[in-house]
Amino acid sequence: MTTLGTPVSAPAATPAPVSSYVSGYFRRVRGGEMGALPAILGLVVLCTVFSIVRPVFLTPGNFANLLPQGAAVTVIAMGLIFVLLLGEIDLSAGFTSGVCASILALALSEQGLPWYAAILIAMLVGTLIGTTLGALVAKVGIPSFVVTLAAFLAFQGVVLLLIKGGTIVAIRDPVVLAIGNKNVPPLLGWALFALGVAAYAAIQLLRVATRRRRGVSHDPIGLVLLRVAALTIVGGAAVYILNVERSRNVLITSLKGVPIVVPIVVVLLIVLTFVLKRTGYGLHIYAVGGNREAALRAGINTDRIRISAFMICSTMAAIGGIITASRNNSVDANTGGSNVLLYAVGAAVIGGTSLFGGKGRILDAVLGGAVVAVIDNGMGLMGYSSGVKFIVTGTVLLLAAGVDALSRRRAATAGLR
Amino acid sequence: MTSTQERPLLELRGIYKSFGAVQVLHDVDFFIHAGQVTALVGDNGAGKSTLVKCISGIYSADAGEFRFEGQPVHIHGPRDAAQLGIEIVYQDLALCDNLDIVQNMFLGRERRQGMVLDDPTMELMASDTLSNLAVRTVRSVRQQVASLSGGQRQTVAIAKAVLWNSKVVILDEPTAALGVVQTAHVLELVRRLADKGLAVVLISHNMNDVFAVSDRVAALYLGRMVAEVRTADVTHAQVVELITAGRSGNIGLPARAEPANGTNFDTTPEGAAE
Repeated sequence: MTTLGTPVSAPAATPAPVSSYVSGYFRRVRGGEMGALPAILGLVVLCTVFSIVRPVFLTPGNFANLLPQGAAVTVIAMGLIFVLLLGEIDLSAGFTSGVCASILALALSEQGLPWYAAILIAMLVGTLIGTTLGALVAKVGIPSFVVTLAAFLAFQGVVLLLIKGGTIVAIRDPVVLAIGNKNVPPLLGWALFALGVAAYAAIQLLRVATRRRRGVSHDPIGLVLLRVAALTIVGGAAVYILNVERSRNVLITSLKGVPIVVPIVVVLLIVLTFVLKRTGYGLHIYAVGGNREAALRAGINTDRIRISAFMICSTMAAIGGIITASRNNSVDANTGGSNVLLYAVGAAVIGGTSLFGGKGRILDAVLGGAVVAVIDNGMGLMGYSSGVKFIVTGTVLLLAAGVDALSRRRAATAGLR
Repeated sequence: MTSTQERPLLELRGIYKSFGAVQVLHDVDFFIHAGQVTALVGDNGAGKSTLVKCISGIYSADAGEFRFEGQPVHIHGPRDAAQLGIEIVYQDLALCDNLDIVQNMFLGRERRQGMVLDDPTMELMASDTLSNLAVRTVRSVRQQVASLSGGQRQTVAIAKAVLWNSKVVILDEPTAALGVVQTAHVLELVRRLADKGLAVVLISHNMNDVFAVSDRVAALYLGRMVAEVRTADVTHAQVVELITAGRSGNIGLPARAEPANGTNFDTTPEGAAE
């Protein structure tokens, strides 16, 4: 057999010009592969409308508010994407975050544990919940919809029991409170930003260099530089705005800097994207979501993949719960309840993750989370009641799911799927 | 006639397999030779797929003996089969639409550098394999499988099987869903595999395919292997008769003693009794 042999030098892979990438992108969009386009367009439209109707929407103060508001939903959505990629759903993610937030609050207040121990315990409880859900889905074979619907109700009860009915458990630990309420010092913010951009550029360029050396196709340098430039401009603008003094009275208190949740979300985004896109485990998640039978025949332990996805989802929900608890300074019976789950599912789907499995990125959670946060924040500024907010968010979720379903049909007719 | 001259690469003797009360495979002998295309024919329900699944380790046979390169082997799972160099290309292809060609070809056996996938190496190996098989219809190995035509998908599935220095490639109805031109392409590819020294098993309903590429024909009828003959020694009509009636002239079921045909029903292995 000589098929494997030594790697014969492949035909010199000349990078296609940037223009062909652009036209290729538009071809995919027309074929139904819209990616992040709906979310970005939605963000632009929403922001424009809200800033015209309510100029206060565009102030640095509101921008700095918006980020921690959307952070919990975004983090929960990041975890949900793992489950959605498999074509499963976790309806209990909201109340999982509630349970973990309650545990955090109780560990801090009643047990008097240090903040790191309390956070660790809350996250471990999340992992444990995910393991149980995943095992029930993968090993017992109950549909994830039913398992997590049952857990949705049960966890609501667990939250009530944990915090003993209607009480509110206050959080006083300064470190935990800082997560959702404090800012990174402006200089450190710039330093982190510079580090992030430099690392991104280095990784991208290194990758192109490696692929070019090995003689395989790679993105043109122009496109890479374009991406780095876009990141620099958007990120730089955000850091600049967030570093503007936004306190009403500087003499009493100074309020400036990037909210601490932002670097947390960015780190989670990078780590989880790395896991999904660059590791074999991530590839297997996509494979199981795309064609479970094929994955099984390829020797992939599909049960383990499915259980692990639920573990990641619930652990991320725990982190979301910690952020929520920190942001609200307390935990009550409604933490993680009401709209949290639907906002998180909405964020993932609006961002472009498919409910049918096999398609999605962690970045979707961030983009979709931004859309959800902007709707919530903007409509709040316009004085609409929660009722109207829920209806609008529900409609947007339906719209996103509709776009997903239609683009699948479009892709099927275009021969893309 | 030829089966005894050189040792078969893979020998199956006295294979029994039942699902509950249904006896699907009954004392089946099956020989696969290197460098040859063996066509496995039979009507729906004759046991072709079950036999293949026994070879691939998805099912375990109730009784029977496997020999690979003359050595007795036990196949308990797909991994065992893969270890021996047996690869199966399933009818429903078992490709992931949402992954690209390289990812599909290496699925479950990715090359890694530490934690990270070694994409350049896999990409080079994949395009190498494709060019070795003289596949030119694929634009880029980084294409999503969803965007490929039926023939291209079949090509990818076959290339995936060949990538692993495999010795036996079993193709389950590779042309069933293809048009005329694509069928010709795939059959050409099948022939090329055998010419490269692989043992190829072609499961097919299509007599044209069988006669176009196969060296030998093995016919299953109601779970029994009724004939294993050289393709050149039989006619189109005879193979059809073997499939539908289990016999044709002096080949097939009632003609129990026909050593010239290489049909050996009389060898009852001890294992069959268990």
